Amino acid sequence: MSEIEVGRNILEANQTMADRFRRQFAAQGVKVLNLISSPGAGKTSILEQTLRRLDGRLSCAVIEGDIQTDEDAQRVAACGVPAVQIQTQGACHLDGPMISEALEALDLGSLDLLIIENVGNLVCPVDFDLGEDMKVAVLSVTEGDDKPSKYPALFRAAGVLLVNKIDLLPYIDCGLERIHDTCRALNPKQKVFDISCRTGEGLKDWVAWLESWVRG
Amino acid sequence: MHELSIAQSLLGIVLQEAARHGVSRVTKVAVKIGALASVVPSSLTFSFDLIKEGTVAAEAVLEIEQVPAMGVCHACGAEMDMSALVAACPACGSKDIELSSGQELYVDHIEAE
Repeated sequence: MSEIEVGRNILEANQTMADRFRRQFAAQGVKVLNLISSPGAGKTSILEQTLRRLDGRLSCAVIEGDIQTDEDAQRVAACGVPAVQIQTQGACHLDGPMISEALEALDLGSLDLLIIENVGNLVCPVDFDLGEDMKVAVLSVTEGDDKPSKYPALFRAAGVLLVNKIDLLPYIDCGLERIHDTCRALNPKQKVFDISCRTGEGLKDWVAWLESWVRG
Repeated sequence: MHELSIAQSLLGIVLQEAARHGVSRVTKVAVKIGALASVVPSSLTFSFDLIKEGTVAAEAVLEIEQVPAMGVCHACGAEMDMSALVAACPACGSKDIELSSGQELYVDHIEAE
């Protein structure tokens, strides 16, 4: 009987790939966001609104992760932006090998900003680094103000939080303040934008911040 | 929900280490998992037991040590339990607190013959 010291990260294979992507992104001068939320929180609508409002001022591309269909890539492509669809065939998150394949279809050198829309899931995507500069969490108010405290890992890790569908606040029991307070406790440095893709409220500030972050 | 893919990565590491050290039978795999790592120990054990069949780790027992979520205050140095939401340091009230453990996900050691 012998004991063998190991001390290895179980996700080291993914981490090694993510570290390689991160060096590649930096060398090519492209900023990368990993957009994470529950299904239906509005990630693709936010992408559409953001890309339209950027109006070509930044050279963007999108990697779309879904379990099935390429509907989201079609919606993004309709905004005039290159979109690569990954169909995970059941997997609950994107990982290094999937991103590696998607990157083959993109000309990173021509881009300012690459947005990766992860599979709709508040839990699993957080564990898999994709080499992004920042995670962006989206929470729609219809999901309830208890979600940041119930699923803290994402809201702790995200550099930006987009609280979506705020036009619906008058009709539901969701305390915007509770969302803000919880997220401030989880990550005091987080940048928060309250937005509505339906009315356009808050989007101007978010897009202005994004543009200066990409150029900064 | 991704315990199976974590179990696959785990088994891959165990088999690599077993081959590197020339062992024929792994009897124990000890992993450390942080309380905030979003990994359910019983699901990981279930998945690991399914896929270890037919390998040198077929009889290996998976021993999971859960690492508590702890934080440290940068203002006063106090340590605190972070398993529930902590808005400010209970000792000095500072909000300059950071997780110091709880996100671990690694293979500590294996036992083999």
